[in-house]
Amino acid sequence: MAKIGLFLARRLVKAAIILFFIVLINFALIRAAPGDPASVMAGEAGASDERYVELLRQRFGLDEPLHTQMFIYVTSVFQGDLGYSYRQGRNVSALILERLPATLLLTVTAFVFALAMGVLLGTLAAMKVGRWADTAITTLALISYATPLFWLGLMLILLFSVQLGWLPSFGFESVGAGFTGIDRMLDVAAHMVLPVLTLGLFYMAVYTRLTRSSILEIHDMDFVKTARSKGVTEGKVMVFHVLRNAILPVITFAGFQAGHLIGGSILVETVFAWPGIGRLAFNALLQRDYQVLLGVFVVTSILVLLFNIITDLLYTIVDPRIEVE
Amino acid sequence: MSRDFWRAFANNYGAVIGLALLLAVVLMAAFADVIYPRSPWSMVTTPFQPPLSDDVLLGSDTLGRDIAAGIVHGSRVSLLIGLTSSAVALFIGVTLGALAGYFGGWVDDAIMRFTELFQTIPNFVLAVVLVAIFTPSIGSLVAAIAIVSWPPLARLARGEFLSLRSREFVLAAVTTGQSTTRIILREILPNSLSPIIVAASLTVATAILLESALSFLGLGDPNMMSWGYMIGASRTVIRQAWWMSFFPGIAILITVLAINLVGEGLNDALNPKLARKGRGR
Repeated sequence: MAKIGLFLARRLVKAAIILFFIVLINFALIRAAPGDPASVMAGEAGASDERYVELLRQRFGLDEPLHTQMFIYVTSVFQGDLGYSYRQGRNVSALILERLPATLLLTVTAFVFALAMGVLLGTLAAMKVGRWADTAITTLALISYATPLFWLGLMLILLFSVQLGWLPSFGFESVGAGFTGIDRMLDVAAHMVLPVLTLGLFYMAVYTRLTRSSILEIHDMDFVKTARSKGVTEGKVMVFHVLRNAILPVITFAGFQAGHLIGGSILVETVFAWPGIGRLAFNALLQRDYQVLLGVFVVTSILVLLFNIITDLLYTIVDPRIEVE
Repeated sequence: MSRDFWRAFANNYGAVIGLALLLAVVLMAAFADVIYPRSPWSMVTTPFQPPLSDDVLLGSDTLGRDIAAGIVHGSRVSLLIGLTSSAVALFIGVTLGALAGYFGGWVDDAIMRFTELFQTIPNFVLAVVLVAIFTPSIGSLVAAIAIVSWPPLARLARGEFLSLRSREFVLAAVTTGQSTTRIILREILPNSLSPIIVAASLTVATAILLESALSFLGLGDPNMMSWGYMIGASRTVIRQAWWMSFFPGIAILITVLAINLVGEGLNDALNPKLARKGRGR
């Protein structure tokens, strides 16, 4: 247990360092943009209001030397202050926090769905290598791999909402239905099906391909042959010997992909009017509300760091060889 | 090598189909002005014409523009941005990876930390922020896509350089007093090229997907018709007019699929041992 604590502490320190650099990049983005940083931050929102631009100039010390400005900016972000959205009339951090649960629900569900289905399909394909099931799964993966997320979402809406009328096409829950308890959960779940499918399918394809090739690489190795010759049943060999090792690169890769998944939620939330931070980012984009956009950038980066820590922990739990050091 | 290469490539049906599709897209882009001489932005018929109408094969959009013309002209943006941004990403990635792998030590450490940082940042979010702040144009799109695409290439190049660095022919070049630049460019680079070419081809596919997603959000170059823009502009009327978003999406799907298939074919043909190992045969 203590080992896991130490491991976590080390990872958190590393994450904090990376976060520091991400905030620096954020600062650089504001500075590098053409024009006065204050008016960039204000975006179109504040362009007409001189007082607001003046306020920003004061708050970020834009008359001070560059390193002072950087210091002011970094400390304010680390204190949880991501600026103020003039357009929305609220603090950016409050805006984002309010939308965060919906995004987490969507991305985590899509991540688990993609990982579970990917490992399952990849294993199936590897067991039936060269046969029709393998061909079918590989082809499906190949096509999912090439499909633009946002277009897939629109096509799913067309099929399941417009044509068949099975599933709702937008929003988090039925507005004004007044569901409570189980009914509400079912209602939200129905609203989640299409967005989760849209976001998850691409990553499912990635994990399917990875699992398949990883299993094929491992299943002729000596330790697997040993297990077989001991008389372990084929199913047990697959689960306890092959899969347990084959899944390691998949988990590593899944950690890398977390950032892409969270980025993809901007598109999915836009298509399905899902009330998360992706949708917030899209609206900020339309209104050139850069304070919100940069806030979303910082918060999504934090999410990726958390995902990475979780996948690292998962790795150490699954890995049969090493313990957390 | 080249005869074996072509034989291996031609034996892969997927790769051949991919190459044919890709060629079709390239021809479409090259002869866009011949196939549809008029600007894809011009209104040619009444809005909301379904496919197979009199003068518009794939229907018209909300402003009466020809969808087919948009698709043909849109292939230019996709290929242009896909290729140039991948070339830039390749340049950044291979340069950094080569330096890290060749010199090792603190150079390697510093470069790899830097790469890790860029792999942590959610790449699509960064691309959106970059294009939004520097205003959408071909230049800012290419730069943004390149900035988020180079890290995997850097890791790959580093791995290749690291393993080739200690091989005899490189040591021989060092002892004969060849310059470092020459060793990197003339000795190691040519020998690490095949996995890098494969990865680069897949980068082009991802870059095209990224471009379409950015254009979908309204961050495309406002002067050029692109597939992502066409879908984004008509998504609000999808219930009445499916064809406006359906066909451009198919165009993206086919192009990206073709490039992926060619990339896999290249991979199997260039690294026959790896390919066989990956398939467990």
